[in-house]
Amino acid sequence: MELALSPEDAAFRDEVRAFIKDNYPAEMRVANPETDLSKEQMLLWHRILHNKGWIAPLWPREYGGPGWSITRRFIFEQETTRAGTMPPLAFSVTMVGPVIYSFGNAAQKAKFLPRILSGEDWWCQGYSEPGSGSDLATVRTKAVRDGDHYIVNGHKTWTTLAQHADWIFCLVRTDPAAKPQSGISFLLIDMKSPGVTVRPIITIDGSHEVNDVFLENVRVPAENLIGEENKGWTYAKFLLGNERTSMAGIGRSTRYLNRLKKIVKAEIPEDDPAHLEFIRDIARVELDVLALEATELRVVAQMARGIDPGPAASLFKIRGTEIFQNITELTHRAIGNDGLAIREHPVSANHFMPGPDYGHTASEKYLNSRKLSIYGGSNEIQRNIIAKAVLGL
Amino acid sequence: MDIQFTEEQELLRSSVQRLLRDQYDFDARRKIVASEEGFGRKQWAEFAELGLLAAPFSEAAGGLGGGPLSTMIVMQEFGRHLVVEPFVETVVVAGGLIEHAGSEVQKQAFIGDIIAGSKLWALAWTERGSRFDLATVTTTARRDGNDYVLTGEKTAVLAAPWADYLIVSARTSGHRHDRGGVSLFVVDRRAANLDLQSFKTIDGRRAAEISLRGVRGELLGKEGEGVAALEACRNRAIGALCAEAVGAIGELNDATLDYSKTRKQFGVTIGSFQVLQHRMVDMFIAHQEALSLMQHLSLSLRDDDAGVSRLASGAKSKIGYAGKFVADQAVQLHGGMGMTDELNVGHYFKRISSINIQFGDPAYHVLRYAQLDAA
Repeated sequence: MELALSPEDAAFRDEVRAFIKDNYPAEMRVANPETDLSKEQMLLWHRILHNKGWIAPLWPREYGGPGWSITRRFIFEQETTRAGTMPPLAFSVTMVGPVIYSFGNAAQKAKFLPRILSGEDWWCQGYSEPGSGSDLATVRTKAVRDGDHYIVNGHKTWTTLAQHADWIFCLVRTDPAAKPQSGISFLLIDMKSPGVTVRPIITIDGSHEVNDVFLENVRVPAENLIGEENKGWTYAKFLLGNERTSMAGIGRSTRYLNRLKKIVKAEIPEDDPAHLEFIRDIARVELDVLALEATELRVVAQMARGIDPGPAASLFKIRGTEIFQNITELTHRAIGNDGLAIREHPVSANHFMPGPDYGHTASEKYLNSRKLSIYGGSNEIQRNIIAKAVLGL
Repeated sequence: MDIQFTEEQELLRSSVQRLLRDQYDFDARRKIVASEEGFGRKQWAEFAELGLLAAPFSEAAGGLGGGPLSTMIVMQEFGRHLVVEPFVETVVVAGGLIEHAGSEVQKQAFIGDIIAGSKLWALAWTERGSRFDLATVTTTARRDGNDYVLTGEKTAVLAAPWADYLIVSARTSGHRHDRGGVSLFVVDRRAANLDLQSFKTIDGRRAAEISLRGVRGELLGKEGEGVAALEACRNRAIGALCAEAVGAIGELNDATLDYSKTRKQFGVTIGSFQVLQHRMVDMFIAHQEALSLMQHLSLSLRDDDAGVSRLASGAKSKIGYAGKFVADQAVQLHGGMGMTDELNVGHYFKRISSINIQFGDPAYHVLRYAQLDAA
């Protein structure tokens, strides 16, 4: 399904498509880019997009964005995901960048934004804590003012790719007496500061994506506070809105569905009754994708006319993650007995894996995708948001 | 219908429970899985010592005569503790095949060593392209004197890297999908011309791809009647795996319920949210149904009912879906913690995922259940 494009936008789409084809680094095309690439490899595409001026579609032109319309941003998103390119680090470009240019001061913008665009700084997100998952407003990491510094103590968790990070943006409590949402500030912390410790968390797929980050008497210059003290919750909510808009994942789901079809064709002969069952299951998911894609296109068209999408992001998050989980389950099922095997981490060519290449990451994808309905606001929380904000319940 | 367990059966259960509580907590299991071999020879010796490896065998074969009910009792506890040692492969599958299809000489030769814990076994029936069909066999066996010579490839053979002997299905006549013409062979795992490529499984166990290039094997059971023997063997294996799944489901429900009563968000325990209460009620119901079907199947296996194959497929499917639902929700309700390698919840999830592949997935078995009705 495609948006009805003007000739200019269609030309733009062709340009994006050609650029990806000519420039996407071959060495990033590994079995599982999310876990198999080094930091330097992950940054290859980032740097190419930066040189082209396409690294930050969301950003206004004055801060280094390309100045695209909503339609073009959507086209770019669509083309890059359909082509299976690895998106630039969301924590840097999509999350903290917009917070800094929207709420930061001139010095902060000058210091941080160019380094985000160039890929020089790698950011991670210091939101969740052991006691604060769905209920983020209860964060307990404390920041106490001491002259021109804050002294920060606390424990952040589920911090994605913190092992690579130069900076962490944190929600910290600056007013313990205030109501939970009112005592939070948004603080930028240099990961090289004394007192910052990163501890890996290994997940059920065997990979190391997330971490605990311990902050012990970390001295943070007060100039790293974003906006006003105790207004951090406002900025955090702004950021979460950005996080959820891209969660429909149509491009990715479409790609994995096409792959699933090839696997079923190769694995299950047409005279096997399981073949028909897979055909039907796949068709059902394909319709789920189609319906979500149509919804996304409808929302994009509305946004292009200046209509606020509201909590549509929650709908995208719920359905996008359910659909992808379903696809990874079907893929794991399709490879039959080979689904018993799982690659060992860290991944190396020395480890033997049975069966055709297309099945080698099926188990870990299936296991890893369970996180999708949990992170970024669990799907239960997203349903609460729709119940309250849309249905008025 | 509820099984009234005998004193002997209760004793078996409590002795397994005691052993696993003392020696097989989650940390101990983690060390076993991470060890070079990936399973515990010491634990296996303890199982033998306790008589667990003798429990299901008939007294005539040197066992304790506990049958499928003793397997059920042992496997339920093994499921609770995520035991990785090859009890199903060695005792239930290979031991069962030898006892039911083997000659007197073979029973004498092999069962004693299984019961003593001195020999481990694995079953090599799956091939690339066979998926879950026992009759799809392309590996061939050619008669050579008193023995046979086997050539072919077997895939995803669980516990093969640990095994001393393999039971291999191979074709002595007929075509690729023919029911007739498949025979079973005992093969020394270290035999000449047998190659093994080992890999780790999602549930922390070991399996292997096996290549046979003229490997000598000894016929087990009647030539050409291997599929029927494998079907009966699969029924028994399903009985064991269903009991293991029920054990795992029970643990997941207990853990999730505990967590929901202690984990606080928004100032209250998450168990106070109605949406999660209803989810946990559904998990409870899934467990109850799975437990009942497990017992029903074990009794049917014991009595060797005419409809046992159909029931086995039905239970494998229904308990498989129940396990999948409970495992998904247990991870979901534990939130990020459920995703970690550190917590046991994810490991139950993975074991259930693996059970759902072994001997056929729930979708395969629901179809077989339907087809056996038509027949």
